[in-house]
Amino acid sequence: MMLDVCIIGAGICGSFLAYDLSHYKGSFAVVEKEHDVAGGVTMANSAIIHAGYDPKDHTLKAQLNVEGAKAYEAIAQRVHAHYQKIGAYVIASEESQIAQLKELQQRGNKRGVRCELVSGEELKQAEPHVCEAALMALYVPDTAIIEPWEMALRLMECAVLNGVDLYLEEEVIGIMHKRDYYEVKTSKQTLCAKRIINAAGLGAERIGKLCDGASPFHMEIKRGQYYVLSHHARDFVHHILYPLPSDKGKGVLCVPTIHGNILLGPDAQILSEEDTSTTSQGLARVREQLTQLVKEVPYGEVIRSYSGCRPCGNDNDFYIEESAIHPGIYHLGCIDSPGLASAPAISRYVLEAMHISSWERKEEWIENESVIRCDEMEDDARKALIQADPTYGHIICRCEAISEGEILAALRRPIPPRSIKEVKKRVRCGMGKCQGGFCEVEVAKLLARESRLPLHEICYDGAGSELGEEAKG
Amino acid sequence: MKQIDLIIIGGGSAGMSAALAAKKQGCESMLVLERSDALGGILQQCIHNGFGLQLFHEELSGPAFAQRLIDALHQAQIPYRTKASVLSITPDRIVTYVHPEDGLCRIRSKAIILASGCYERTRGMISIGGKRIKGVYTAGSAQRYLNMENILVGRRVFILGSGDIGLIMARRMRLEGAEVLGVAELMPYSNGLTRNIVQCLEDFDIPLYLSHTVIDIQGDTRVEGITIAQVDENKQPIPGSEKHFAADTLLLSVGLIPEETLLQEAGVVLDPKTKGAKVNAHMETSIPHVYACGNALHVHDLVDDVCMEARVAGASAIKDMEKKTEEACTEVIAEGEISYVVPQHITTHEKEDVIFSFRVKRPLHHALITFENKTGVFQQIRKKVLLPSQMQRILCKKEALDGHGAIWVKVREE
Ligand SMILES: Cc1cc2nc3c(=O)[nH]c(=O)nc-3n(C[C@H](O)[C@H](O)[C@H](O)COP(=O)(O)OP(=O)(O)OC[C@H]3O[C@@H](n4cnc5c(N)ncnc54)[C@H](O)[C@@H]3O)c2cc1C
Ligand SMILES: Cc1cc2nc3c(=O)[nH]c(=O)nc-3n(C[C@H](O)[C@H](O)[C@H](O)COP(=O)(O)OP(=O)(O)OC[C@H]3O[C@@H](n4cnc5c(N)ncnc54)[C@H](O)[C@@H]3O)c2cc1C
Repeated sequence: MMLDVCIIGAGICGSFLAYDLSHYKGSFAVVEKEHDVAGGVTMANSAIIHAGYDPKDHTLKAQLNVEGAKAYEAIAQRVHAHYQKIGAYVIASEESQIAQLKELQQRGNKRGVRCELVSGEELKQAEPHVCEAALMALYVPDTAIIEPWEMALRLMECAVLNGVDLYLEEEVIGIMHKRDYYEVKTSKQTLCAKRIINAAGLGAERIGKLCDGASPFHMEIKRGQYYVLSHHARDFVHHILYPLPSDKGKGVLCVPTIHGNILLGPDAQILSEEDTSTTSQGLARVREQLTQLVKEVPYGEVIRSYSGCRPCGNDNDFYIEESAIHPGIYHLGCIDSPGLASAPAISRYVLEAMHISSWERKEEWIENESVIRCDEMEDDARKALIQADPTYGHIICRCEAISEGEILAALRRPIPPRSIKEVKKRVRCGMGKCQGGFCEVEVAKLLARESRLPLHEICYDGAGSELGEEAKG
Repeated sequence: MKQIDLIIIGGGSAGMSAALAAKKQGCESMLVLERSDALGGILQQCIHNGFGLQLFHEELSGPAFAQRLIDALHQAQIPYRTKASVLSITPDRIVTYVHPEDGLCRIRSKAIILASGCYERTRGMISIGGKRIKGVYTAGSAQRYLNMENILVGRRVFILGSGDIGLIMARRMRLEGAEVLGVAELMPYSNGLTRNIVQCLEDFDIPLYLSHTVIDIQGDTRVEGITIAQVDENKQPIPGSEKHFAADTLLLSVGLIPEETLLQEAGVVLDPKTKGAKVNAHMETSIPHVYACGNALHVHDLVDDVCMEARVAGASAIKDMEKKTEEACTEVIAEGEISYVVPQHITTHEKEDVIFSFRVKRPLHHALITFENKTGVFQQIRKKVLLPSQMQRILCKKEALDGHGAIWVKVREE
């Protein structure tokens, strides 16, 4: 079969592309090397839909960030993903920074991004834990948060429901130019495609090399580490707090999450290769830099730390170009921050380059089902639900109060979880303060029951992460 | 809304003991809510012996000990619900729980006892560096996998932390055929009971590295190795002291924390040291008629102590049910080498003797424990050795406490 488009990578970019393409007639596929959607950069970041005042003028980042951010709310609603406009403060704590703050405001206003300057007192009233030194802030009401992997999953679900093929655990290892099409060789099969979109995140440069011999762009890997605070710390901050951005990036932030946790980070450290370890030095940098932003940080509520790697480069701009050598291959290079916020616009930008407006749209398009979340339901609805299906009255994850019913429902969706981590990504079991200490085994038992596998063969993540072996007893 | 006299949250040894004590006081309208499939709590996975020496004067396994309480509960015809998870409690004592058959329920209760046990400190809380991959377990979950699900989580095990669960798991996994490469402990002394150090490590020649911690975890999809290093007085790793182990599993036995979420969200005042509620001698929290006991209040070493503490909570909840006014309180102050004392306050006129539970901050030799009030020392005890891993429980006579205001509990080396 000849694919019209083969997308490499199922991160947020690949997911938006697949979602958008699924509205058109044609045959499309997504190839992803990991066990699940959103296993790369999209899994570990700050989860912010930046409003778009920050990127320098005349960059792709500026254009696509503003466009992307504006598109998010409607799409999130349509695919049943969380999205919350919680607003942000960019904080200046030295006299010398105030001019820069004003410049940001002007930049924002010029782009149609709502933002206003507020005094230090006003800021401290809204956010009592900002550091004493805070002098002035730029309030950006339209800055929002999402759950990045949920967004990607919901989009990809829609794509799959509407005929896009998703190949997981297949790494692209070769690309061959044939007369008027390409052969995409994966670790399991060979696909033929008229067009290829390289949305491989940190792997994009390698795909660039596979396509063109030498990658047309070069990327540098910059790791960022974070702490996660438990729900108990939910009142520490209510908005996203940014220090003033610098050449080095957006700095160390405080970010409330969709589910009531708070992220503290990221630092920035150049690495020679991808490595999502955390280090005591990196986390010490987070603590150190936070002292210039907030006070009385409740470190006692830290439940986890993590890190993500940014694919940086191209003079701090996205590299989105059709290959000069091989027409029909589109590279998405250097998609670091604000890649998440820009993703809807990145997808449109690439599709426009493919002249999508001349493609035929499908008459019918199937929507994905909404997701039942017991803790977001009114009492009566929840009572009725449990009466209809008692599994919704059986709590499996105590910290996040997730019921068996919610897990079973996730198992029946178009892209079902196959491992403990995939259940965690979808329904949050194990995201709380016990970090799965109590519920991991219960989740594993459900997976075993539903997949008819022996318990010890259930995987935590991909192959090779089986739970263990049967004891002699 | 349904009304009831007493709701007990948690059907572990604390919850069941509290229920039995309440029944003895004549309570006829109560309900024990337990979220798992069976009563018994953590004891159900502790298949080793060593429970009940004080209470039953014999050495029972965890499940056997639990069964005695479960039988007593049945005999006393105390109503309970398993698979019932309490989601919230309010300051006016409305308990919300969900259950597959009962659905979402709200009950107003005259008194509430929180006996929800504790949870284990995780990797995230102690921020060990390295990859976030499979093969790192809290010791209790590895125990659960092995004893309840018959799954051995690894073959070459290293253990961080010398808490009792870690020590017991060292022996347990060794007996299952796993290699236990060592135990690292950050402190210069062990945090486990001496009998466990001897029976679980020394008897099996498992090395214990004191003043060491894990600084890195390697591997791709699962743990392939770990690195430990010695630490200095400030608990910072000493460069050059690293040792590598080709472990496939890292077990963490780095502490237990009271499960107090429900109380915290209801606004109960917590003790930053125990991480549980602050209570008076009746185990009553800062919200009247709301009690806490067992590991939900502070972490215990011995189940017998849990049961005795829970009996106080259960009996008091009924005796004090009609109490309208707040009694005046005086503080209990921990001083010197002591890390915490429970109860944190007592009433000015205690009508019964009070047992004070506490731990010391570090191992002490020839320790002097004193209880003082403004009139001076009214009770003192000498102990040859006091270890942080051994909770002390000391009874003070009501006459000594009555009407004298704040008391100080002090410990020092002589
Ligand atoms: C620390 C940090 C903080 C950030 N914070 C924000 C933020 O707050 N807001 C924001 O807008 N942006 C943020 N970003 C940037 C944002 O996360 C990324 O721009 C975005 O997630 C990139 O998505 P992607 O789809 O391009 O890449 P990915 O999510 O990495 O997806 C690419 C996929 O391709 C797969 N792949 C790679 N090679 C191959 C191959 N050979 N064959 C098959 N599949 C392959 C990978 O497995 C991966 O799943 C942050 C990034 C980091 C690291
Ligand atoms: C691994 C381990 C080994 C031990 N070994 C020994 C030993 O050798 N000898 C000894 O004497 N002692 C030992 N102890 C100590 C002692 O046995 C325990 O401390 C004691 O059993 C704890 O009782 P508990 O009732 O406070 O807590 P748990 O037994 O933990 O019971 C709490 C119960 O509350 C339920 N619960 C929690 N939250 C909710 C909610 N919201 N709604 C409904 N139900 C809820 C839980 O499911 C659980 O069943 C050990 C403890 C542990 C953890």
